Amino acid sequence: MHTTGLELFWFILIGVLWAGYFFLEGFDFGVGMLLTLIGRDDLERRAVINTIGATWDGNEVWVIVAGGATFAAFPLWYARMFSAFYLALFILLVALIIRGVAFEYRGKRQSATWRRNWDIVITVGSLVPALLWGVAFGDLIKGIPITANGIFTGSLLSLLQPYALVAGLATLSLFLLHGALFLNLKTTGALKERASALAGRIAPITAVIILAFLAWTWEVARTEHHAGDVPGMIPVSALLLVVAASWLNRERLSGWAFTVTGVAILAITATVFMTLYPDVITSSLSSAASLTIAEAASQPYTLRAMTIVAAIFTPFVLLYQGWSYYIFRRRVSLPHETVPASDQPHEV
Amino acid sequence: MVASMTVLLSRWQFAATTIYHFLFVPVTIGLGLIVAILQTAAYRSGDDRYERVLDFFGKLFLINFAIGVVTGIVQEFQFGMNWSAYSAYVGNIFGPPLAIEGLLAFFMESTFLGVWLFGKDRVPRRVHLASIWLVSIGTMLSAAFILAANSWMQHPVGYRIDPATHQAVMTNFWAILTNELFLVTLFHTLLASFLTGSALVLGISLWQYHRSTETREVFAAGARVSLIVMLISALLMGLDGHIDGQVIAETQPMKLAAGEALYNTSRGASESILTIGNLHDKPIFSIGIPHVLSLLATDHWNGVVQGINQLQAAMVRQYGPGSYIPPVALDYWSFRIMAGIGAVIILIALWGGWLLYHHRLEQSRWFAKVALWTIPLPFIANTTGWIYTETGRQPWIVYGLLKTSQGASHLSPWSVGITLVGFTVLYGILAVVDISLMVRYGRRSLEPGADTETEHEVGSLIY
Repeated sequence: MHTTGLELFWFILIGVLWAGYFFLEGFDFGVGMLLTLIGRDDLERRAVINTIGATWDGNEVWVIVAGGATFAAFPLWYARMFSAFYLALFILLVALIIRGVAFEYRGKRQSATWRRNWDIVITVGSLVPALLWGVAFGDLIKGIPITANGIFTGSLLSLLQPYALVAGLATLSLFLLHGALFLNLKTTGALKERASALAGRIAPITAVIILAFLAWTWEVARTEHHAGDVPGMIPVSALLLVVAASWLNRERLSGWAFTVTGVAILAITATVFMTLYPDVITSSLSSAASLTIAEAASQPYTLRAMTIVAAIFTPFVLLYQGWSYYIFRRRVSLPHETVPASDQPHEV
Repeated sequence: MVASMTVLLSRWQFAATTIYHFLFVPVTIGLGLIVAILQTAAYRSGDDRYERVLDFFGKLFLINFAIGVVTGIVQEFQFGMNWSAYSAYVGNIFGPPLAIEGLLAFFMESTFLGVWLFGKDRVPRRVHLASIWLVSIGTMLSAAFILAANSWMQHPVGYRIDPATHQAVMTNFWAILTNELFLVTLFHTLLASFLTGSALVLGISLWQYHRSTETREVFAAGARVSLIVMLISALLMGLDGHIDGQVIAETQPMKLAAGEALYNTSRGASESILTIGNLHDKPIFSIGIPHVLSLLATDHWNGVVQGINQLQAAMVRQYGPGSYIPPVALDYWSFRIMAGIGAVIILIALWGGWLLYHHRLEQSRWFAKVALWTIPLPFIANTTGWIYTETGRQPWIVYGLLKTSQGASHLSPWSVGITLVGFTVLYGILAVVDISLMVRYGRRSLEPGADTETEHEVGSLIY
């Protein structure tokens, strides 16, 4: 079947939603994973959490909209992917649930044990999705045992194939770096020093993992049955950007360093979606069993209706979400520290 | 075919996770509205009492909001995880409201909740007030879109079946958004949510009022605002129940018949109040009000209400052999519990309104006691209401189009069993934590010197 323009538009839009999700929630996951490493006492940890306090929930909505948009625009993709990844998604949901309540419940009691336990929950609840989202996309590209009728014949273990695990490590390390650079950007004093030092140590490891992931992705795209587009310059730039982030961090250009890892995340998401095209789920059983964009898509009427709604409301969403970042643009610092002149709070 | 055990376990899981999710959602919607009203009062009057009661209930709102959000993600993923055949069949129609819910409602609630929570000292007071209203409107929009999707399952409109793919495809989006069943369900659900939130605020406010003389005036303000919300919602609910019954009679006659345990088509049917013993044979004991069911369902004293047996025969003719009868005892009792609680809450609201009119709302210790015990009632009514709505549709997952047994994913019963146990245990633990925090903050004293929480200010004051 031929992919129509509208179907392609929605495939790209879903890619954009995932890219936005990984860019935004990527640093939230990173901050969550680094919570106890960078925040040494209760007050420091509160400050670390508060760097994302006002915005993490809105960032998470990106994945909910990505899921809803997939359901609406590509029902077969949504139905087959979510049922094939059943147990993995269950683990992921548990992680997202406990992490979400942890942010809100942690401060609700004065007990040190209570807070320590929720800190562990935040760390684990951030680490698991950071890993599993990468694994899931790795599986979509490399292929899972799924029949032409969409029946998944594998098990949880068949989802943990080597390539997918490398993809998982790629998202994990990238989000860790992104989070460290975010904290470097959003805190002051000792917190900032620690975040910058950690980012310096994480960056080379991330670069190696990303290199491995991209090389293997190129190999998969080239040799495997479906041979989607091999998006040359985009993955190469992703790798260069991770290296550049390391340098910018050393040069203390914290805003640039953070931006650059963000763009690297966008480039890697683009690589994933371009490699996947024209399929949405690759079958490891036979290339005919892979699900294509055209097969999975909704009818033109639904896609047109959705396009109109998205065209009207997306600009508002981007505007007010951007505005909320603007309001909370300043750094979070601890009470005993002197705030640098450029970051002095002024009354609004 | 999917193993029947998989279908059964998937149904249990969906029921468990959805009922649980919907314990928190009505509180979020109802309390969100009341918090927004309190903040408006504080803004306009500059009265410190509103500010303090707002702060108090704002904390409860947040504790509850968190769990509603995280359990909501499960809801969205579960259609694909457990009901993939259903998702593939209805995605063209069911997907768009879900996607739009995310785009319009979830972004709005979460972003402006962040602004409201952390932005008190960083945005103008007007903008801070607007933020809580946008959160509140977001919660209601969210309810609207998910109910539009659900109502389509109850009463499909604006669709055709594609012969090539055997999927239901959308032909008229506007028809789906103006489905009459959707409009009455939305109205009903919002009112139920306002009753849930206002009962919570009223019960706690009056309890706090009698507990300490220092903070009396603060909680008197909370009691008055919540009672007014409760009274208006209760009066509208009385009206709405009637319209709801008529639309169900028209769109899902089997559900109405099951809810009344009306086995044979009757003219001038009685509204059953209580039946003990066998529902369909010879009841041991039964009270009914003659003609009332006909009046409610058809607006006519002697209107004809169709019975289960006749409907079953008609559906066999239309859809082929099989049982089209939902679980009658469950529907009969869940409907009675819901409607009974609704009636009790209307009476309590009227009593409170009478006290308020005579300036004795806060003083009455009796009313305060009753109000405290009213807090759990809406939760029971919300749950039984959904049990009636969803089981009354069985055996259909999409009424008249797709059976529940045809909708499930090809999963092993073991997989579903593991997640069912997993969600139950996790949700159980969260319930204990959440309720203990709600009780802790609900009983918290606002007297000067009592411990105050500053967690969100580590960001805002110390920037």
